[in-house]
Amino acid sequence: MSSIDENHLHADPAIEAHHLHASASGATASPLQREPARTIFQKGAPGRRAFMCPDMDVPRVDVSELLPARFRRSQAPRLPEVSEPEIVRHYVGISKRNFDLDSGFYPLGSCTMKHNPRLHERVAALPGHARLHPLQDPERAQGALELMWNLQHALSEVSGLPHVSLQPSAGSHGELAGVLLTRAYHEGRGQTRHKVLTPDTAHGTNPATVTMAGFEVVKLATNADGGIDIEDLRAKADTDVACLMLTNPNTLGVFDPNIAEIAEIVHGVGATLYYDGANLNAVMGISRPGDMGFDIVHFNLHKSFTQPHGGGGPGSGPIAVSERIAPFLPVPVIVCDEQGAFDLDHAPGEGVGSKSIGRLRGFQGNYGCFVRSYAYIRSLGGNGLKDASEVAVLNANYLLARLKEHGVAQYLPLAYGELCMHEFVLSGGPMKRELQIKTLDLAKRLLDFGFHPPTVYFPLLVEEALMVEPTETETKETLDAFADAIAAILKEAAVDPTIAQSAPYSTPVRRLDEVAAAKAPRIKEALD
Amino acid sequence: MLAAIGVGSLQEIFDRQIPAGVRLGRALELPDGQSEQDVYEHLRELATRNTSVEDELSFLGAGMYDHYVPALIDMLMERSEFLTPYTPYQPEISQGGLQVMFEYQTAICELTGLPVSNASVYEGPSAVAAAGYMAKLHNSGHKIVVSAGLHPHSLQTLRTNAYGYGAEVMEVPLRAGITDPEAWAQAIAASGSEISAAIFAQPNFYGAVEDAAALSAAAKAAAAGGDPSAKVPMVIAQVDPITLGILKPPGECGVDVAVGEGQSLGNRLDFGGPSFGMFAAREEYLRRMPGRIAGETVDVDGRRGFVLTLQTREQHIRREKATSNICTAQALNALAGVVYLAWLGRSGIVELGELLLARTHYAREQLAALDGVEKHHEQPVIREFALQLDADVAAVRRRCAQHGVNPGVDVHALSGRDQDRGVLLVAITERRTRADIDQLVAVLGDAVAAERDSTQAHRMSVPA
Repeated sequence: MSSIDENHLHADPAIEAHHLHASASGATASPLQREPARTIFQKGAPGRRAFMCPDMDVPRVDVSELLPARFRRSQAPRLPEVSEPEIVRHYVGISKRNFDLDSGFYPLGSCTMKHNPRLHERVAALPGHARLHPLQDPERAQGALELMWNLQHALSEVSGLPHVSLQPSAGSHGELAGVLLTRAYHEGRGQTRHKVLTPDTAHGTNPATVTMAGFEVVKLATNADGGIDIEDLRAKADTDVACLMLTNPNTLGVFDPNIAEIAEIVHGVGATLYYDGANLNAVMGISRPGDMGFDIVHFNLHKSFTQPHGGGGPGSGPIAVSERIAPFLPVPVIVCDEQGAFDLDHAPGEGVGSKSIGRLRGFQGNYGCFVRSYAYIRSLGGNGLKDASEVAVLNANYLLARLKEHGVAQYLPLAYGELCMHEFVLSGGPMKRELQIKTLDLAKRLLDFGFHPPTVYFPLLVEEALMVEPTETETKETLDAFADAIAAILKEAAVDPTIAQSAPYSTPVRRLDEVAAAKAPRIKEALD
Repeated sequence: MLAAIGVGSLQEIFDRQIPAGVRLGRALELPDGQSEQDVYEHLRELATRNTSVEDELSFLGAGMYDHYVPALIDMLMERSEFLTPYTPYQPEISQGGLQVMFEYQTAICELTGLPVSNASVYEGPSAVAAAGYMAKLHNSGHKIVVSAGLHPHSLQTLRTNAYGYGAEVMEVPLRAGITDPEAWAQAIAASGSEISAAIFAQPNFYGAVEDAAALSAAAKAAAAGGDPSAKVPMVIAQVDPITLGILKPPGECGVDVAVGEGQSLGNRLDFGGPSFGMFAAREEYLRRMPGRIAGETVDVDGRRGFVLTLQTREQHIRREKATSNICTAQALNALAGVVYLAWLGRSGIVELGELLLARTHYAREQLAALDGVEKHHEQPVIREFALQLDADVAAVRRRCAQHGVNPGVDVHALSGRDQDRGVLLVAITERRTRADIDQLVAVLGDAVAAERDSTQAHRMSVPA
């Protein structure tokens, strides 16, 4: 994607588009990027290899003596037979068929695609971190435990909640932890509750998690301002409700001004209030979930705290909780004695973790992610985190304003409110009706302009939704260029909507047949 | 920028949206920000207070292993194009990542002998729990029979999750180091129509190679005999992918779902994560699998391409009816996995397996010949084995540490089970040479002898 013509934006977009449209296979992608995809299994030759096995330096024993034939594999797995240069060239080659954050603007709403400082990769790769075995004795892993302790403290301070577990592997895993904690909390008081409330704007993970944790989902309506419909909440909040899961600011980019009242209603029926931390990047150092009345929060270290997203993982989803939830936290718990020595307590007798829900995964969590996010927090400091959120909100509002200036708003109006927090949701409904291009078409045409499109078709209650999150690490020039591109695409569509309808043209492949892929799934290479 | 927005100050943007009552109104109490160089020094200093596998002769394993990670993996994982994108929501500009997933799925299917694989899940123990949930969705049973040979973390994670989805976990004990076949069959038969899944580990936590085919067959037969309403459990095996170059693949042993920790395939230790979890299954479970799956298709010009497929299973479409709440794979770690497998190659994975087998056998025989040290069981082992020490394991380990040797995992400390007292779990990767093993034998022999002497002396000095 780096091959997109830089002059593209300055050319007359309609003419440029026609040009692209005319040449069916388009191609600002390089010839290599356009080569038919061949997998590593289709390369190489019999007997070719990269690996040289270390010497058999112990007495050679017949394999059949060590492993009876009935337990043995009869034929070697048909793995690739390739040399090291072939492997490198293959993966470097296909990497160039990816768009990435280091190459361009990535305003994917709810995903917080902020810059990933390379210092973090360097420190995470230090052997003392990267080559530390997870079952090393705590007395010989003091640096790691201190790092985790400090990170817990920082997350506690940012969330305004006293206790933290770093164990969950991702945001969705943190949610599962949170709902299981809620179950344990109620059962600890001798109550069995069955329902969990989620707004209709919620991330899909919220209702999916609720089901996995054995609860029933009850949906809450959204009011005209984009917040929770308080009357609907009052009607549904009863003593069978275990929890309300909320994102604030929510997926519409709206900070719910009634949050204190919501918390009061939820706590009034004895339920817990759960904070989905996906949108924490809007409020770090500005407003804290704990102070809003939340009992349980999950963080996405890969969002707010800039762990690289890795093409879809790894992530990390620590949770912070209030005092009343703390006894149920996962084990092990990091403890620190009066001499400042750290240890892992697998079965605390009292306090944090003493009535633990148990483990959520192996070992202590995604430590490699902790190292990176801790480095980020130390680099920014408390004031820097606040600056990050302020600039994230500034950038989002500026981009929103630019999109209004260009006359975009008549086709892509803001779904709710006037201002926004760190992201905003536009509706492509008018664009679809008046210009005959859908949000999907706009997104695909943006690819030709060298931008990653925003999140599309989410939240579900906004028609033709387009969710834009620029983050704090983008410059004004980038935001301007993106606004220009949106305006240019709408202008182009007014002349000829088929251009966007058939986009993209310049990418390694063009629109793919997803229906066929799902109908007759081919999910692996056919091997000889 | 403020003028364009139409506000007088940045503060105004917040004042108009966040009520004063929920504003922090003070600075965060965190250390001040630091320069890149200072942060580097701080993180470097913390690293020096960890004893890594570079700092001692380590035989630690029990779920994560010090296998050699080839240099090309570091180089590929650091490429911006793999490191910094998100989930491939826009396939036209994500063909690289999607193709890696497709290749990864191919490799995992081939290793496990099962026809379908997802693009990876979080890690090993939670993959076991996810398989248990899939079984419950599939057959609505609520009893899970599980071998005590599972990794304690897998057992604990399964219990935590089962508590949520309402399943009962019943543990079958080991006999002679492997799952007791009679107790296994009985537990499944006794669950009748309520059975959901039967789970074992191959090799098991104590390093023993289980008779996977027999366990699978027994699970299915137990359900078939007697009670006509009895269900057939989903048979789930937790496997270690690096052993599958020489070990019969689960798909050929009657296993329905194979899950496992992928760290041994080209991923570093990282004090326990991130790594990736494998998840492969028989064809009939494809539409119930958790996580992302990449599929092949064509674009409008007929060009081959890849997309995320079968998304109607997933949370962003199905919400509360989704088959799982998982929304990301461990794409970067799975990349390391498939590059590692390509690097090992068709013959390399067999050669490596045979080297591990031979060195592990050598180490086990040498160590078991020491006074006060016995094999924990006589079953075949591949890369790890348990020993029974006639001495306190923690004390023995401390003595070894003084000589720069970490002899392995104190199993009782990990599992908390009484029957694990005195058990040491020793892992032998290809990075441990014969000379290293000989050093372990010498150091452990001395440590056990010294510990027994001192205990003896202590006993004699204490008046009866």
